[in-house]
Amino acid sequence: MAKQVQVKTLKINGVDVGGRGDQTILQVAREHDIEMPTLCHIEGLSDVGACRLCLVEVKGINKLIPSCTTLVEEGMEVTTNSERLAKYRKMVLELLFAERNHICSVCVSNGHCDLQDLARLLGVTHVRYPYRYPRLSVDASHQRFVLDQNRCILCTRCVRVCDEIEGAHTWDVMGRGIEAKVITDLNQPWGSSETCTSCGKCVQVCPTGALSEKGKSVAEMSKRRQFLPYLTTMREERE
Amino acid sequence: MKKIKFATVWLDGCSGCHMSFLDIDEKLLDLAGKIDVVYSPLVDNKTFPGDVDLTLVEGAVSSDEDLEKIRSIRTRTKLLVALGDCAVTGNIPSMRNQFGMNAVLRRAYVENKTIGGKIPNVNLPTLLPEVRPVHELVRVDHFLPGCPPPAEVIEYLIDELLAGRTPDPERRTRFGL
Amino acid sequence: MSSEGSVEGAADPGGDGKTHSLNVCVAAGCLSSGSEKVKVALEDAVKSHGLEHECKVKGVGCLGLCSKGPLVSVEKENVVYQDVEPGDAAEIVESLGKEAVTRLKCDMESPFFTRQTKIVLENCGIIDPERIEDYLAADGYEALSKALTQLTPHDVVDQISKSGLRGRGGAGYPTGLKWSTIAKSVPDSTGRKFVICNADEGDPGAFMDRSVLESDPFRVLEGMAIAGYATGASQGYIYVRAEYPLAVKRLRTAIRQAEKSGYLGANILDTTFSFRIDIRLGAGAFVCGEETALIASIEGKRGTPRPRPPYPAEHGLWGAPTLINNVETYANVPAIIRHGGEWFASRGTEKSKGTKVFALAGRVRNTGLIEVPIGITLREVVFDIGGGVPDGKKFKAVQTGGPSGGCIPAEHLDMPVDYETLSRVGSMMGSGGMIVADETSCMVDVAKFFMEFCMSESCGKCIPCRVGTAQMYDLLCKITSGQASMQDLDLLIELCDMVKSTSLCGLGQSAPNPVLSTLRYFRSEYEEHILNKRCPAGVCKMSNEVVHNG
Repeated sequence: MAKQVQVKTLKINGVDVGGRGDQTILQVAREHDIEMPTLCHIEGLSDVGACRLCLVEVKGINKLIPSCTTLVEEGMEVTTNSERLAKYRKMVLELLFAERNHICSVCVSNGHCDLQDLARLLGVTHVRYPYRYPRLSVDASHQRFVLDQNRCILCTRCVRVCDEIEGAHTWDVMGRGIEAKVITDLNQPWGSSETCTSCGKCVQVCPTGALSEKGKSVAEMSKRRQFLPYLTTMREERE
Repeated sequence: MKKIKFATVWLDGCSGCHMSFLDIDEKLLDLAGKIDVVYSPLVDNKTFPGDVDLTLVEGAVSSDEDLEKIRSIRTRTKLLVALGDCAVTGNIPSMRNQFGMNAVLRRAYVENKTIGGKIPNVNLPTLLPEVRPVHELVRVDHFLPGCPPPAEVIEYLIDELLAGRTPDPERRTRFGL
Repeated sequence: MSSEGSVEGAADPGGDGKTHSLNVCVAAGCLSSGSEKVKVALEDAVKSHGLEHECKVKGVGCLGLCSKGPLVSVEKENVVYQDVEPGDAAEIVESLGKEAVTRLKCDMESPFFTRQTKIVLENCGIIDPERIEDYLAADGYEALSKALTQLTPHDVVDQISKSGLRGRGGAGYPTGLKWSTIAKSVPDSTGRKFVICNADEGDPGAFMDRSVLESDPFRVLEGMAIAGYATGASQGYIYVRAEYPLAVKRLRTAIRQAEKSGYLGANILDTTFSFRIDIRLGAGAFVCGEETALIASIEGKRGTPRPRPPYPAEHGLWGAPTLINNVETYANVPAIIRHGGEWFASRGTEKSKGTKVFALAGRVRNTGLIEVPIGITLREVVFDIGGGVPDGKKFKAVQTGGPSGGCIPAEHLDMPVDYETLSRVGSMMGSGGMIVADETSCMVDVAKFFMEFCMSESCGKCIPCRVGTAQMYDLLCKITSGQASMQDLDLLIELCDMVKSTSLCGLGQSAPNPVLSTLRYFRSEYEEHILNKRCPAGVCKMSNEVVHNG
């Protein structure tokens, strides 16, 4: 079914841009080479607006708006790069680093990590909040993969790819607030999961070293994400 | 030009940051003309003097000795630079924090004993309950993450400071590296 | 009034031939102080005095003055007995039709009773919440019948708009505007729209919704049915927390009775309008009071909020347009339809109409449930109705709005209680919790209490709220244990701003409010903890050991 979509014109950082009415601010910005940091967003999965890195200012709206879940509107004036936003984005990263035990130097994903890259990109040279050093588990019960809670940032990409693309819904989140964590099935060891198809999509979309392949040593775990846009495009074409 | 008083300190770290510093190789000769190394694991000086201009600190704060040292150094140096991930984030030494000090000592010296395991306590500094990065305990002026920070970034930082500029190491290094 | 009337002269309160009615409060507050035993003792006394045919004993909802429970009122006699014990039963029964028992009498001329204006609570303490007949006798379902037979859905929305009613859940969004948005919106592909009642009351110290549900559940059902008629919905849900078993039980009874009597279900009052109401129990997550999280929870998903827009009015429960209002909002509706929007709008202030129910608690003589016209001053609430601070202590602040609100100091006691004024002074109307603090309360400790609450109730979805509240709580612990530096205070203030500006939902966006408002009015208390390692109120235990000097 061909939907009728209107073209909207708007300003991003003072530049006139155009996009379809069913596109988000983030999509339109990236189409115009305006970069914005994101962690929970990944092309091909639904957006949840959780990491707050892609927040933008929109003229006439009091609150900051997540650009990944907000559709473009005619005449919108969007600012993606104010000093205030830069400050908040750095603080988001600092809070993440302080939350769990992200020891980059000994991480399988060292050098291939979205969190580590963003820290450099946004200029986080140290974390001003006390590190919390929680005691967290590592689940190596799966034959091929490892879950290291120490490095999880709760972006829920694994939850979404498993549900929306693989259709297994092995992953979900349990617990509240600072105690929240991703789990497989009903908080059973991953290796004993009856729903997991061992497809490995969760591992590939994970932005950090929280999910990795067994046998990879420090800095060896680079992720292959080409499958995701490929699969979504193929499915859209079929529809 | 008058030489500045320069020091380096080694707290709980692997000395890799000092090695990376030495890796600036022949540039050390240029540097020697500009700095006077008054205290460092690399020179033979047992006490940290007063009125130091610039101190690079490697390593996290893990023991009461580390804590005492860094507090006293802070009062005797104009600028303090956290050099490398252990000083900046706690890094590998801080991995013991989530288990608790006693459990870690027991695992190391008692549970895995071959003969007569005992936690050593004579003539050794007492470990703090938690390893902390330097800036959680004293004021730090500049941060140079990296494990270790690359030689050229250390060189860049010292050059900038010697020239009286504020270094901007953000894009040149990162956590882990 | 017939307080001295003889048996012959007295009214017939229940319309059941009995001359007297002893109404025992069986809402949660009085129940927990033993009112059930009092009720049994009164029934026994009536029997043993052979008065079964003249006097009935019935359980009713909240009588308001919870601190003096168990409460018993003598219906139509303007007599309320306080602190009643089972041993007092005989004396009370013997006094019927004669002089009331002086030693147990509440002072009905005291401002606690005379200064209230009851709309939402008009039937509380009068009707038996488990008998629809009682509700009908108190003009119940008159509004629904008027709406269905005399008004178009558009007229109903119009009356609500005219009344100036605003959402009583805290944010104060104009109810008429919300209703008209949903009335205009296109139903989903299967023709559905929904009406939801948010009864997930979770602010510490707040029990307005619980009292309404326990005391007058029919009123909420009637308000929802009217909302369904006005917006074109035929299914309603009440999302009520499982920690309110009595409210749930009475709601279930009320729904059953209303269905049986034709006020709910298919073809209500023989019209073409059909409306069903089902109950959904919350599992104790505060965040499920946020509308998008509540909807997710009803759908059977993990109760976490999602970014708005789209708002539930366009894309709500199962994707259909959904009206969500709070218990108290719906409870206002029958009275507005019965008396007309203008009648309601004649109460309150220019921008905030009607009354508001508050749960008055903390360091105040009369704690309990009160309903006052919006615009009343805080001083009247605390000192007249509340009777002031007991034990000769000095008033310090009123906390309103729970974990999303703030503390209002003495200097603002004469300001009117309305949405705009409260938010201007750094607090909010909120759902209606009002906690009075005196000089023995440490304001940093109060802020820490609410931050701990927000930290443990954060759903964990967005980073600022999940980690930010934990970091702020840690910083407050550092301050209240005398280990913080002024730099820590700066970090705290910076985090407050960041968490407020960047959190996904209202929980995180308002979590810093208790800190910000106490910092605004009681900064010196923070500084005293930090600089002199001293808690001025003597509440916080200071540790001399300095761990971090940051």
